[in-house]
Amino acid sequence: MTIASALYIGLAVLVLALASWTIFAQDDYAAIVGFVTYGLLLSLVWVSLSSHDIALTEAAIGGGVTGVLLLGAGARLRGAREPTGLERPGIARRVSAAALCTLISVGLALTVLILPEPAPTLAPSATANLAATQMGNPVSAVLLAYRALDTLLESAVLPLALIGVWSLASDRFWGGRPGLQYRADREGVLAFLAQLLSPFGVLMGIYMVWIGADHPGGKFQGGTILAAMWILTRMAGITDTPPISRRWLRIVLITGPAVFLAIGLAGFAIPGTFLAYPAGFAKPIILIIEAAMTPSIAATLALLLAGPPERKPNG
Amino acid sequence: MRFILDIFTVVLLSAGAFFFLAGTVGLLRFPDTLTRLHALTKADNLGLGLVAIGLLPRTGGLYAAKLIGVWLLVLVASSAVSQLIGRAARRGTLQK
Repeated sequence: MTIASALYIGLAVLVLALASWTIFAQDDYAAIVGFVTYGLLLSLVWVSLSSHDIALTEAAIGGGVTGVLLLGAGARLRGAREPTGLERPGIARRVSAAALCTLISVGLALTVLILPEPAPTLAPSATANLAATQMGNPVSAVLLAYRALDTLLESAVLPLALIGVWSLASDRFWGGRPGLQYRADREGVLAFLAQLLSPFGVLMGIYMVWIGADHPGGKFQGGTILAAMWILTRMAGITDTPPISRRWLRIVLITGPAVFLAIGLAGFAIPGTFLAYPAGFAKPIILIIEAAMTPSIAATLALLLAGPPERKPNG
Repeated sequence: MRFILDIFTVVLLSAGAFFFLAGTVGLLRFPDTLTRLHALTKADNLGLGLVAIGLLPRTGGLYAAKLIGVWLLVLVASSAVSQLIGRAARRGTLQK
């Protein structure tokens, strides 16, 4: 056994152990911390499989954004713990849930085992046609050229999710500022960190979008970093969430999906089908889509984390 | 020359790994939040720094600058977060 395979086996054991620990943890805060760590370890697994794009996404979205979302949900639950804390699902419901989960896991495991060897792959044809898309990173070519429809649907899901979160607002606060207000401490450590780190973070987010055409990276990973910088400055009390009734905010949120959809529809007119790019112009069109999507993704993710409006527009 | 650089890398990576190990043992064994933070900062500051410097001869140019950049960014973030956790611990607002 080589050192590398021992390392991979150790990593796999660690991931499985952490996953079980997260499931069996009694305290929800501990479970969330376990989940975030699990996401980071999983991105190491993706790196060891040479899937650097997925590793970046897993670390940014799976570990980072989802972790912060869960922490927020946990904090809210803690406030409302007393009335619901005593409720526990009955034994029948727990057994049937366990049975259903086991069935799905066994089904997935069996499916993996009966896959033909070698697995059918489109990778050769994807790399063979890479030149037509003028991209250097085959993953980006798949996401934005071969399977652009999937990415379009993904980007349409984000505003829908945000509308879902906003619809939880009470009538009183509709159109107001999302989330709680953080006390500003201009001399504090957090303000120092936010002021020092956010310029680097913004640079890194834009770099990650730009590099995505030829190397691992892209609008989702870059947008997540931009969103994180906004959240950091907001937690330090330097910036605040805008009221959701602001027109400019709504324009930022829908520009990306709208531009993507418009380019898709324009495909009917020029090359002939939906989401087809005219030959020779694939790269500039993809860059336009990425540039339009990035601010929308960043704003949507940051507002998803901020939650429903909880303050008056001027509050 | 190659040999000396290899020795350099091995020595610094081992030293970095030692500080990570010591920091982890401290995190698990020390009694309260402030002493645990004290142990953890050794792993972040010294451990990661030694690993980054040890890897420098393996790369060059832009990649070397990126390695140092990663170390400096982690230094900034971890020291600020340690301060925040330390203050919360002193005020007694940390969850036990």
